[in-house]
Amino acid sequence: MSNSTAASKKSVLYDWLTTVDHKKIGIMYFFGGLFFFTIAGIEAMLMRIQLMFPEMGFVGEQTFNELLTMHGTTMLFLAAMPLFFAFMNFVVPLQIGARDVAFPFINSLGLWLFIFGGIILNISWMTGGGPDAGWTAYTPLSTTSGGHGVDYYVMGLQVAGAGTLMSAINFLVTIVNMRAPGMSMMRMPLFTWTTFVTSMLILFAFPALTIGLLLIMLDRIFGGAFFDVALGGNVVIYQHLFWIFGHPEVYILILPAFGIFSEVIPTFAKKRLFGYTAMVFATMIIGFLGFMVWAHHMFTVGMGPVANAIFAVATMAIAVPTGIKIFNWLLTLWGGRIKFTTANLFALAFIPSFVLGGVTGVQLAMSAADYQFHDTYFVVAHFHYVIIGGSVLGIFSATFYWWPKMFGYRLSETLGKWFFWLFLIGFHLTFFVQHFLGLMGMPRRVGSYLDGQGLNEMNFISSMGAFLMGFAFILLVINVLVSRKNTDNVQDPWDGRTLEWATTSPVQEYNFAQTPLVRDLDAFWYEKMEGDGRMKAAEPLDDIHMPNGSILPIFISLGFSILAFGVIYSQWWLMIVGGVFMFSMMFIRSIKEDHGYHIPVSEIKKEKGEG
Amino acid sequence: MSHVDPSAPLEGKPTKESERNLKRESRTQLVSFIFMIFITSTAFLTVASDIVPTGFAIPFILLLASIQVIMQLYVFMHMNHGSRWINVMMWAGLFVAAMTVAALMILIGVTKY
Repeated sequence: MSNSTAASKKSVLYDWLTTVDHKKIGIMYFFGGLFFFTIAGIEAMLMRIQLMFPEMGFVGEQTFNELLTMHGTTMLFLAAMPLFFAFMNFVVPLQIGARDVAFPFINSLGLWLFIFGGIILNISWMTGGGPDAGWTAYTPLSTTSGGHGVDYYVMGLQVAGAGTLMSAINFLVTIVNMRAPGMSMMRMPLFTWTTFVTSMLILFAFPALTIGLLLIMLDRIFGGAFFDVALGGNVVIYQHLFWIFGHPEVYILILPAFGIFSEVIPTFAKKRLFGYTAMVFATMIIGFLGFMVWAHHMFTVGMGPVANAIFAVATMAIAVPTGIKIFNWLLTLWGGRIKFTTANLFALAFIPSFVLGGVTGVQLAMSAADYQFHDTYFVVAHFHYVIIGGSVLGIFSATFYWWPKMFGYRLSETLGKWFFWLFLIGFHLTFFVQHFLGLMGMPRRVGSYLDGQGLNEMNFISSMGAFLMGFAFILLVINVLVSRKNTDNVQDPWDGRTLEWATTSPVQEYNFAQTPLVRDLDAFWYEKMEGDGRMKAAEPLDDIHMPNGSILPIFISLGFSILAFGVIYSQWWLMIVGGVFMFSMMFIRSIKEDHGYHIPVSEIKKEKGEG
Repeated sequence: MSHVDPSAPLEGKPTKESERNLKRESRTQLVSFIFMIFITSTAFLTVASDIVPTGFAIPFILLLASIQVIMQLYVFMHMNHGSRWINVMMWAGLFVAAMTVAALMILIGVTKY
């Protein structure tokens, strides 16, 4: 049955390029996401330099438009989502006691499509300017924008989006089918639950984006007229399509963070999560309502008062399940023995920061008031409060929390706390004043402002805060480099509650020598309290069946990217070359038999130290 | 060490119960198949004959089509066997998509509400 032996002496690079191991893929997602996070952060810095003083001439207006488009697009699609995918990939199979995800090959394909999509988007900087129509790419601005910037946006997101969709389906199948014996749905850790609901949102929301981008592509490159009013097109349809995707997208960004905090807070409060069932149902309700509120982004488009009112009320309803979550976290902390580690500091700072963003969200949901707020810095302040105050704090919390498991060493707590405080202060300094800038009427997405309008001081404060955040981020990078010696106490450094802490650090490639038996929610904690502190095995020790690595995902993604470049420059021959290459790689994958290999019991025993 | 190959053909005789189940299932499939041929020809006749007005024919064959799809999924594609999540996701997805499309059609109409 097995037609090859275990990883026969491959070079390290080839091993990483061909890996289908969810842990290595998670780590690659992490560094890919961090790389694009840095790029998007630099774009933000450049914008803040331009806005530091009135009528600055640091970057031109066209460059500013490109910067703001690429900052938004990169942060959402290439930084925040991949960073969450990193933790999902690494942690979810461990948390449910699985050996890998359901489709390891698809997992690898998803990763490489994301990386190639990100590269396509950023190549636009070197070929005559990035996309300049905002991350929303509203028509007719996007369909009439000159140059190839928006074409790069469309094709880059199609490639990356295909990968995202695949990964989401993979997580769904994994969580439904691959849970360890005893782990019922209602015993799953909250991070696994939020991954599950997030994947559902991706599955239902991304097709709308795909269609929206496809229509823009047809209009721009193949002479379509979907958004050409003179030929009977309708530009508002694009806004609807975009936000039918776009609103679930913002919940795709926040739900995994909710899951992370629901892991971090109980661990460091030494209490089980308060209201587990309510947390699960609140997650599902938020997921459902996420699809029912998209038009609140379009109150000023002229939909009519009844439509506006319906979407306003639906939007305010989301505050209820979110409030349930906030109170559950507070009650988890209540009476707990709270440890103020860096991971927990990020979680604790999240609660007030995110509530601030939520409150402005309800303000924006009032459609009458929204006519005042729309397209001002008030909106910018709002969504940065929820995305940085929610998603980014969640990502950093998870970084400090899971780092020992992922990399086998602990990040320095001292440097971590410096990083936390500087980042938090910088964040509030940057965005708190932007509420007032917005109320004073400063429009968003405009590359300059006039002197003598009372905007100078607050813009200067905002820029200073942005630099502080940038400086804090450098501390994180330094922390990653200097902490490598902290290799003691990495297996279970936080006295964890869930299954991932029952594995060795770094984790064996087969995760668990024997599939664990789950006896309660917080399975590992239950064994610590009621058992002997070790997971009970659900199966006898046996050979472990592992999938073989494959270079094909890179080649498939490469073929897709060549196809995308063919579309961007409307070169039929290039499209055909890319398409043929992609499909022949897929054909090879389909006809080549690959049953994987087995790790023999003797080797597992040797690694357990029983050899 | 023995590894179970899930794709290997089953050996031995089926139990009495599974024999009964198989019998019932093949009966259900046969009846459903005849019924589906019946509604397909009904749909065809609805369109082909001049007696049925178009205003009635279109919603009627759409109704028949949805019955057809549901029977296909449950009788021939065994959607209610195995994990219930397939059911949950398909119906949840259909529900969300139907509401979205309905709302979108109202919102982009000429009349503003």
